[in-house]
Parts: sequence; C-alpha cells; structure tokens
Amino acid sequence: MERRLLSGDEAVAAAALDAGVHLGTGYPGTPSTEILEAFDALGGRAQWAPNEKVALEVGLGAAYGGARCLVTMKHVGLNVAADPLFTAAYTGVQGGLVVVAADDPGMASSQNEQDSRRYAVAAGLPMLEPADSQEAYDLMLAAFELSERWQLPVLFRMTTRVCHGKSIVTRHATRAPAAVQPFQRDIPTRVMIPAYARPAHKKLRQKLAALQVFAEGSALNVWRPGDVLLGVIANGVTARHVREAAPEASLFEVKTIHPLPLAKLREFAASVERCVVIEEGDPVIADACLAAGLRVEGKPEAFRFGELDVDRVRRILARDTSPEPVAPRGKPPMLCEACPYHPVYASLRKHDCIVAGDIGCYTLGVLPPYLGMDTCVAMGASLGVGLGLRHVLPEADARRVVSLIGDSTFVHSGINGLVEMVYNPPATGHVLVVLDNGTTAMTGQQEHPGTGRTLDHEQTTRLSIEGIATALGVKNVDVVDPIADPGSFERLLVDRLGRNELSVIVSRRACILAAADIRTYDKANAAKALLVVDGAGPAQPAGCGGTCTSEEA
Amino acid sequence: MATRVVNVVVAGLGGQGAIKASDILADAAFRAGFDVKKAEIHGMSQRGGSVTSDVRYGTEVLSPMIPRGEADFLVVLAGSEVEVNRPNLRPGGVLIPPDAINEADLPNRRSLNVALLGVLAARLDLADEHWLAAIRAALPERLHEVNEKAYRLGKESVR
Repeated sequence: MERRLLSGDEAVAAAALDAGVHLGTGYPGTPSTEILEAFDALGGRAQWAPNEKVALEVGLGAAYGGARCLVTMKHVGLNVAADPLFTAAYTGVQGGLVVVAADDPGMASSQNEQDSRRYAVAAGLPMLEPADSQEAYDLMLAAFELSERWQLPVLFRMTTRVCHGKSIVTRHATRAPAAVQPFQRDIPTRVMIPAYARPAHKKLRQKLAALQVFAEGSALNVWRPGDVLLGVIANGVTARHVREAAPEASLFEVKTIHPLPLAKLREFAASVERCVVIEEGDPVIADACLAAGLRVEGKPEAFRFGELDVDRVRRILARDTSPEPVAPRGKPPMLCEACPYHPVYASLRKHDCIVAGDIGCYTLGVLPPYLGMDTCVAMGASLGVGLGLRHVLPEADARRVVSLIGDSTFVHSGINGLVEMVYNPPATGHVLVVLDNGTTAMTGQQEHPGTGRTLDHEQTTRLSIEGIATALGVKNVDVVDPIADPGSFERLLVDRLGRNELSVIVSRRACILAAADIRTYDKANAAKALLVVDGAGPAQPAGCGGTCTSEEA
Repeated sequence: MATRVVNVVVAGLGGQGAIKASDILADAAFRAGFDVKKAEIHGMSQRGGSVTSDVRYGTEVLSPMIPRGEADFLVVLAGSEVEVNRPNLRPGGVLIPPDAINEADLPNRRSLNVALLGVLAARLDLADEHWLAAIRAALPERLHEVNEKAYRLGKESVR
C-alpha cells in the first residue's frame, strides 16, 4: 500500500474519501481548515457552510438520509454548533456522521483554549482522538463504523500538533459512497417534542452504557507495558511526548476519549506503583479517574495552560513546578503593509471611535499604531456588543461606538446581530462597518457565500451584504472603496456617526493576498459561463453575460 | 535504536517560505526511507509574524516537536528571528543564518529558503536525488530550475 507523508488534516481527508463519505461540510477555522480543502482536492464533495451550526445541520440531514457525512470546525466553532449537536445525540443518525473539533491548546490562532472533550461528556456522544496522522486516518475510518453501528454522531477531537503535524500514513481502505436509499420516515426518532425527547434521552444513556462496554474492550486503546514503578495515562499527541520523555514507563494511550475505558484504566493504574495522567488542557481523564476512585495523580495546575511537549512532560513526571524558561517572543502577526483596512483604522482612530470588533485578520488592528479595537469576543459578537454599548453609555460616548466586522464573519453570525440592530435600535442609532475584502483572509483565503464562489472556486449565487442591510430596513447603506477613495470613507463615517439613525458602511476592497487569485477564479468562471452559453445558443459578450456577479471583474 | 533522531528547526517570518522549506526537508528525509515527523505553527502567523517548523527524522520519531535546546540544526530565514530561536539549538548545534547565502548570488530572492536548505544538505546524510525530488514535488514546474540552482548554490557554498 502507498505510504505518504501527510498532515493530520490531510489524513482525515484521505480517510473520508476511503470511507466513502458523501459530503464534507464545515466552516474554516485554524487548525481544521485544510481537511475540507484536501477532501475537495482528492475528489470528495466538499463545501463551506456559512457557519458551524449550519454545517452540522446539513451534515445531520445528510446522515438522516442514510449518507456518510463529515463536518469540520475548530473548537470555538463547536460552541456555535452546540445547539443542534446536543439534540442530534437524542435523534441519532441513520448514516455515518463524524464531527471534527480541532482544538488549539496554546492559542496559536484562537481567542480561547477550550477543551472539546467536555462536549463529548456534556452532549453524551462518543469521541475518538488520534495522536498522529496515521491514527487520524485509522480512527476516522473507525469513527464512521462506530457512528453507523451505534447510530450516533461521533465527535473526533484533534489538536494543532496533530492537524498541522506531518507524519507517514499508509492508506488501506477504499469504499465508494454507497447509494443512498429513499427517505425513511421516523417521526418519534427525529422530532424532539418533549414526548419523544424523554424516551430518546433514556435510549441515549442506554447506548452510552453499551458504548462503555465497547470502550473497555476496544482495540483502539493502546496499553504499552513497561516499568512497574511508573505508569502514564495519556491521550492524543501527548502520548507521543510521554514515550519520548519516559521511554521506560508503562503507558496507556487513550483513543476512546468518551466513554473512557475506566475498568481498563483501573487495571492499568493498579499494575504500576505510581500512575500519572498527563493530558493537554483540562483534567478530563484525571477527574474521571479520580471520581471513579482510581489511584492516579494529575498534573499541576500550571500545566493546564498552553501546549504540552517533551520538556513539560518531563517536568510533570518529576513533580517539578519551578518556573519554566520563558521563550523569547517572536514577531507578532500584523496587518499586511498594503492591507485595505489601514485607511479604515486610521479614520476610526482619528475620530476616537469606540470599536466593538470581531474575529478575523482585522482583529490585528488592535495592535499599535491603531489600537483600533475595544472589544473582541466571538464570531459575530461585534454587532451585539456595539449595540449594548450604545444602549447604556452616556450620549457623547454612545455616538462614538462603531461595530466592525469582516465579510465572512458577517455572513457567519453577524447577520443575526444586524437583525437585532433593526429590531432594537439604540436612541443614537448605530454604525456598522463591514470590512469586505472578498475572502476569509485569516484562515488562508477560503470562499464564503459573500464571494459568490463555492469551496472549489466555482461560481454560485453571491450574497449581497448591502442588499441584506437594505432588505432588513437599515436607513443608510453605502459601499465605498477605502483605498481608491479614503476621504469619502472618512466623510461618510463622520456623517453617519452624527445621525440618530442606523447605518451600514461596506468598505469593499479585495484582500491584497487574495486579489490575484480572485481575478483568476472570476476569469475562469466567466470563460466557463461563456462556453455554456456558446453550447446553448448565440454567444454572449465576454466578462459578464448576465451571469458574472463579481464587481471586481 | 539504530539511527539517532536528527532535529531541524526552520524559522522565519510569514511569507518567507519557512513552512515550504520544512516540507521539502521532511519529504527528502521521507524519500530517503526515514520515519519523519513535522510540526509547525501557522494560521495568523501568515500575517508576517514569526513562523517556526520542527522537522525530525530517524528510525522512529515519537513526539513531532523538538524539545527546547535539542535542535541539531537551526535554519533561519530572517535576521530578526535568529536570537528568538537560538534557545532551540543544542550545545554544539549548527546555526544556518540567512546571511549564510549572499542574496545577490541568488537567481531569485524568493528562493532563499531553498538555498539555505542547500547549506543544510551539505551537512546531512540525505542524497541529492531525494532533495531534488522533494523540491520538484513541492513547487510548480516553472520554479524548478531557479530552485534547483538555489539548492546547488547553497550546497556548494559550504565547500
């Protein structure tokens, strides 16, 4: 079989293809983004959803239809998808549904370091976690089998070092997507009114009890016998750090994160003199072991923060809590020199605006010289937070509040905030600036509904940000090019801040890093449209022909 | 264990090709038949911030991350990143700084990453054929000649 050097994300994509996945969907988020891109490149059917909740709902629908579906997101995206996730545990699925949650311990590119393993416990869903690319491949295949066998969505936890680390992978399975059978109606299973939800919850707990038995005997977990004086229980990439830091120790590598194989772990802990649970992030395994009365020790609180590595594992084993060496700080990321956001930030600063910001590259405007962001909480939060400030601040301050959001983030969850803005407008009105650079820049230039192109850059209907604002009833809606005409952006901003009305200013200019690619995609799509027209009848003029929706073309 | 693990840290600023260089190195080691692991941090880093990538190869590689102070080689693409990354190097480890290559000699400034790989190659046990195959696999065809030249320039600069 072919051996290749693959990232964990690429390995998941390969497994999805080899498992016969019908559809992959998700929202880009570091470190999960490359999974769907790689799945698409391999010939799988992949698409970006406007946000993680929608992605999960689409995946759930596909799985209700009996198909295999892969849904990908980063850890904070799982919060967005949490609502349908919990109920999906009750309804179960008919096809295979695997939801990847990629955690970012150490926050290389995130606003918090949350541990997605908590969601498996809270939602009552099985969860698997790989340690490297080969395991990412193998466990992804196992996850689909598990999902179909137990008719439950399966959570698949990864971390940055597994997603973006590369190691050797041998692919060994191939299964073409099976034909999907006609829709099977099953109302009591899929409609969660309380009368049906109550028995569904009982059924879920029964499944989890059965899954517990499965986990105890599962060959997915690895017990490596070694020194009887020292045993370590570890999960994910941490298990690899442990093997390097303490090659002589006995090691239990947990792959079935939920339910945990507690009886097996009890047996392991009893087989060694000292048993240490070493896990990145929260003490999920340690707490479960201690609650079950196992004789184990966890890690000191200091190691709850950031990533673990070989050094830190050595320290945990040595019970060394002395201060760790502080790594010299590298250069922080910053707005690109030619970024079209610069004039916007300059104007906001000049007029001393209070800026409710959002998640994207433009968050970097918070750094000097602009210090141009006063709040940044979660995707889409700039609208709600800005409105809250407007409601309560003294009038002079309220008038300075601006909500700032990127195009992809606006589509992700900013739209809901805009609905709130027109529904409960503050007395001083409000100003929303949408920084539309025509791409999801921070994660590496992915498409979204506002670009008018699908994941593989094919043309689709383009969502109009200004059109939505107008349709929702915003009084003042303007589109400006901040580079071609920075003066007009500033004049507009000042004028809108002075009104007691709702305003949306779309500041539109392509991301400097994406502009050339965008032109290439548009050209290719225009040529394709022309070809279709050619085949169907008289030729249309190049460039548009009524089908091209790009304004940059 | 037959072969000691070789640890290489590649560092630079977003956009300089540090990740690409580490991909090429990992691929060359893979083609030479070694077990290989690579770990990197990117994401927001592509906005011009610091980027580092760890490549480890040998008979069996466990952790993908090089323990601090255990890198055998440190390849740095930007002068500003040398001091930041120096603590990664083990005592007696080899630093390959950006000025190991005279930029004026490069066929294209963008190929500094590959030229520094050439400097590294002169000190590693990986055959040229694996390096060249990895370079070709990582780059579009129109860039092959320029980068092969850069690789040779780097490799010969060590003699």
